[in-house]
Amino acid sequence: MMGDQNPITEERILAILDRVKDPEIPVISLIDLGVVNGIDVSASGAVTVTITPTYTGCPAMDVMKADILTELGNAGIEDVRVELVLAPAWSTDRITEGGKRKLKEYGIAPPETTADIRALKGKAPIVECPQCGSEDTVMLSAFGSTACKALWKCNTCLEPFDQFKCL
Amino acid sequence: MTDQEALHTYALRLADDLLILSHRLGEWCGHGPVLEEDIALTNRALDHLGEARNLLTYAGQVEGKGRDEDDLAYLRKEREYLNVKLVEQENGDYAHTIARSFLFDAYHLPLMEAMLKSKDEQLAAIAGKAVKEATYHLRHSSDWMIRFGDGTDESHQRAQRALNELWTFTGELFVSDEVTSKLVEMGVAPDLGAVKAAFDRTVNEVLAEATLSRPEDGYMATGGRQGMHTERMGFILTEMQYMQRAYPGAEW
Repeated sequence: MMGDQNPITEERILAILDRVKDPEIPVISLIDLGVVNGIDVSASGAVTVTITPTYTGCPAMDVMKADILTELGNAGIEDVRVELVLAPAWSTDRITEGGKRKLKEYGIAPPETTADIRALKGKAPIVECPQCGSEDTVMLSAFGSTACKALWKCNTCLEPFDQFKCL
Repeated sequence: MTDQEALHTYALRLADDLLILSHRLGEWCGHGPVLEEDIALTNRALDHLGEARNLLTYAGQVEGKGRDEDDLAYLRKEREYLNVKLVEQENGDYAHTIARSFLFDAYHLPLMEAMLKSKDEQLAAIAGKAVKEATYHLRHSSDWMIRFGDGTDESHQRAQRALNELWTFTGELFVSDEVTSKLVEMGVAPDLGAVKAAFDRTVNEVLAEATLSRPEDGYMATGGRQGMHTERMGFILTEMQYMQRAYPGAEW
């Protein structure tokens, strides 16, 4: 490799992937979202990025794949394969703390953790309004504007908001 | 029948249930009774379609003849579809659509839960994704069954009528044959007896809360798993396959 000022390392790829945003929630990166399962760099410099779908039917997965290839290509990394794997299954627990904070700032209530006993018992979780912080909120619909979101309303500030569904 | 043929057939059955139900729910797009439900049904359609795509892709790989998900979804003939008759039934009114999904969800969730332990890694992985979504779906359809049943006289009557009409299609969900027996023995497919027990529990609990009565088990319509469908199936395929038949290989 020519002089190799900039060798292809896992860390470097990770940093680049952190610039690839979720196509439907453009404030959080694929790293924040926890969809990147693994990065493999072979001896010859061939890169394999493994991602796992958030939802089986999520139409954003194809876009994410294309965006990864574009962003790595822009950084001069051309020999890339993106593989989609189903196991281990993605869950909202894989969203990083930073990712949850960014979701909230964007106006989307982050998911509660799956270990929440209320979620296990099928009860409605307590969801904080991302606008005013009130816990007096009510779910309007279990399904929202994308496969990953539910629609809620705040009884305090009366604003509707999206919640990232807990899965 | 070889192990491979059994697995291919089984994956297709699972896939076709979801593909056809997804198509039916998609027909509600723009016609939902309220915006939230319009969105809910199309969301569900998308979940089912995603799962169907994984299963069709897998069915194609197992078959080993180079057929991909699109070939299997769009280019088979009616007799080659192996979905149960329940999912091809018309949408009817909203109670009918919800009851159809409720009966399917009450079967699908325990099936996926049991399939988590499948010795087939790919089926276990697909179930790992599906089980979370199926939980969500069952909650949605159960809530509506209770709201309809325990709602007004009109909504109660419509929900009961839907159950009565659809009940004859529930038996087929639990019929074992050569394919399932072989795969159950191999630890690949869940035992349908256990799934039926879970189905009964869910149905009894929800219907009791909904003040609806569980229809008596009478004549049960079967045949879908062998490719013998009701006349409604042809209309679904005519619409679903139109683009690929008219413009073979079209992509966008």
